[in-house]
Amino acid sequence: MGAALPVVRALREFLPERAILHEEEDTRPYECDGLTAYRQLPMVVALPETEEQVRRILQTCSALKIPVVPRGAGTGLSGGALPLGDGVLLSMAKFMRVLRIDPLARVAVVQPGVRNAVVSELSAPFGLYYAPDPSSQIACTIGGNVSENSGGVHCLKYGLTLHNVLGVRGFTIDGEPLQLGGEAPDAPGYDLLALAVGSEGMLFVLTEVTLKLLPKPQCARVIMASFGDVEKAGAAVADVIAAGIVPAGLEMMDRPATQAVEQFVHAGYDLEAAAILLCESDGTPEEVEDEIARMQTLLARAGATRMTVSRDEAERLRFWSGRKAAFPAVGRISPDYYCMDGTIPRKRLGEVLRFIAALEKKYGLRCPNVFHAGDGNLHPLILFDANNADELHRTELFAGEVLEKCVEVGGTITGEHGVGVEKINQMCVQFRPTELELFRAVKRAFDPQGLLNPGKAVPTLARCSEYGRMRVHGGQLPHPELPRF
Amino acid sequence: MIESLADSIREAAARHRPLRLRGGGTKDFYGNALRGEVFDTRGYSGIVAYEPTELVVTARCGTSLSELEKKLEANGQCLPFEPPHFGPGATLGGCVAAGLSGPRRASAGALRDFVLGVKLIDGRGQALSFGGQVMKNVAGYDVSRLVAGSLGTLGLIAEVSLKLAPKPQAESTLRLEAPQARALELMNRWAGQPLPVSATAWHEGELTVRLSGSAAGVRAAAGGIGGAALDEPFWRGIREQSHAFFSGPKPLWRLSVPSTSPPLELQGRQLIEWGGALRWLKSSEDPKTVRAAAKRCNGHATLFRAPDKAAGCFSPLEPVLARVHGQLKSAFDPAGIFNPGRMYPEA
Repeated sequence: MGAALPVVRALREFLPERAILHEEEDTRPYECDGLTAYRQLPMVVALPETEEQVRRILQTCSALKIPVVPRGAGTGLSGGALPLGDGVLLSMAKFMRVLRIDPLARVAVVQPGVRNAVVSELSAPFGLYYAPDPSSQIACTIGGNVSENSGGVHCLKYGLTLHNVLGVRGFTIDGEPLQLGGEAPDAPGYDLLALAVGSEGMLFVLTEVTLKLLPKPQCARVIMASFGDVEKAGAAVADVIAAGIVPAGLEMMDRPATQAVEQFVHAGYDLEAAAILLCESDGTPEEVEDEIARMQTLLARAGATRMTVSRDEAERLRFWSGRKAAFPAVGRISPDYYCMDGTIPRKRLGEVLRFIAALEKKYGLRCPNVFHAGDGNLHPLILFDANNADELHRTELFAGEVLEKCVEVGGTITGEHGVGVEKINQMCVQFRPTELELFRAVKRAFDPQGLLNPGKAVPTLARCSEYGRMRVHGGQLPHPELPRF
Repeated sequence: MIESLADSIREAAARHRPLRLRGGGTKDFYGNALRGEVFDTRGYSGIVAYEPTELVVTARCGTSLSELEKKLEANGQCLPFEPPHFGPGATLGGCVAAGLSGPRRASAGALRDFVLGVKLIDGRGQALSFGGQVMKNVAGYDVSRLVAGSLGTLGLIAEVSLKLAPKPQAESTLRLEAPQARALELMNRWAGQPLPVSATAWHEGELTVRLSGSAAGVRAAAGGIGGAALDEPFWRGIREQSHAFFSGPKPLWRLSVPSTSPPLELQGRQLIEWGGALRWLKSSEDPKTVRAAAKRCNGHATLFRAPDKAAGCFSPLEPVLARVHGQLKSAFDPAGIFNPGRMYPEA
């Protein structure tokens, strides 16, 4: 039946048969990304292999007014690659070539389907690496990282994807070529590269990315510190920063999280502790020795009950393995989990964690916490069973309240996972109608017909009105100071 | 107070009266011709929030850049991108609108890398907030970084939040003799090694290198780099362009190129920064020749200081990008009142 679709016929004119999927058995694997609670079969999946094919697919869809949803590895956690039933899912999976690694210039030019970890692997012989390291780095692709502005556990010192991308190349929905940024710094005109990174596939389609490579530090060591309560651990983080130290990594996990992880990876975490901090230093051996000693003094003064410093690279990686495996570990103790991504000013950590603990009781759901403590990015994981409709509903309400709390304390609903379809309602809380309208105007500047990944990231006015009505409790909106319509 | 700024802007928009957004006027020389009635931002000043343990400061546009830096220094912190002031009157708003970074840019990052959020008054007189005070924030398009370096053409940056860094514990500047090609190679090689190089500059056979970091790290690296320690306050002269290279009547060009680009064969004198990626050129060379030389190595050339800017201050945009610029400009500033033509005719 799909074969009769006009778009399939149009695509066949320039794409080989294997690059067009329209039978349900073939399109089924694309029905969701890492946010599996939301599923939708795409009308057609296109799997281009060349830039010219991408250009023609976009031109074709634009002419037929068919929406296009770009997709990398499908590991995204916010439903950014959720297909549309009347749209083309544009899989960039075949764009997996590393085009160039220039060790002297310290750049890697890659296609968007290249996996994050591959860039560091191929740069390693030159003593270089690509800094952003989202926990899904063995699977997620650079194209997805750029679209979501992915982070990782070393952002405080080395920045997000935004800080490590020098340039991108791609096509607008009308098939016009675009080059933003490049190896020369400070491209003339507006910083459209900043706009492109984190734009969730809504402005244009990427076909090539130039990444910055950094010299691999000579050595790195991590302190694992135990704390008797979570707020003390939070205060310890502030003490380290106040002392003028920017640790290479600074992560916190609470006991429910360490317990889930320890059963799964045996990282050697202290299960007695209410929270543990992983505090990493990197640099020359002299710098690391000096910084580790200073951090140990500060952490002890802040009330650490136990501290272990990694003795060698194997032990350092073991300490991190638990943190990196936190999501899958939680996946083993619960049928489903829902990962949040709010970011808060660090000083409000205690208040937000108490708020989450109260919501666990209110909704009768457990919620372990892992936390990029250095940069204030929280990943509370609500445990639920998707087969139980009521639990799913309670999870959504729980998550919504947490995100709105993040906004209330001066933070944001998403630090690194993106808005996608998941947090689109909360965009109405974080932004005013005038700001959302400007976002829509930014999109129109690139995509006047609104065909690229429509319905994601930026809510419509109507959607916010509806959500606003839903959220009125007892005649009082949660943010009465915000103008409404 | 922000309301009265917004009111004035609304009124100007209603009358289609162009405004020239201006702080201390220290960067009046930068960009194309100045047009419109001066809209002085200095009345809107002051630090709104500064939490050293959060590594974030939020301040109003009219805040004096040097006073802000003093306050940060008292807490052992700094603006990591080392912005040029170009005069004692420099304001934070002007600094962010100009988007210029100083000697530390190649190692620490550019101004835009440290912008976390802005309060912007757009051309309709609406006060809008983008980004925030937190390090990681991917909600909505990154408008706060878009307006950094937009030369005030998209709106009045009323307030800005910046990420800070601790001041390095130790610093040391070394000087080596090296011809240009050798200096370019050295700068690129060092950048590929885990060394605490925080600035580089080459001029007339002398390569100057700054190391910043822990005392132990700086000491260990200095041995490998070689050269002799330099005591004069060299970097300030580079950042503020008070170094002798920058004086004289000839136009000053700023060529931005990939750091490994070979020496550029152009008439005039050159000073190189940012590990080879920034080539300053004092020259009366034909603008077309300068721009072509930059373009040949995938770079671009800005006519930074010149009495005659007929050639256009910035490298022309490709047609698709020019169209996007025009559309963004009309989305933010539909009446076209903010610094018209300062960046491009279409923006």
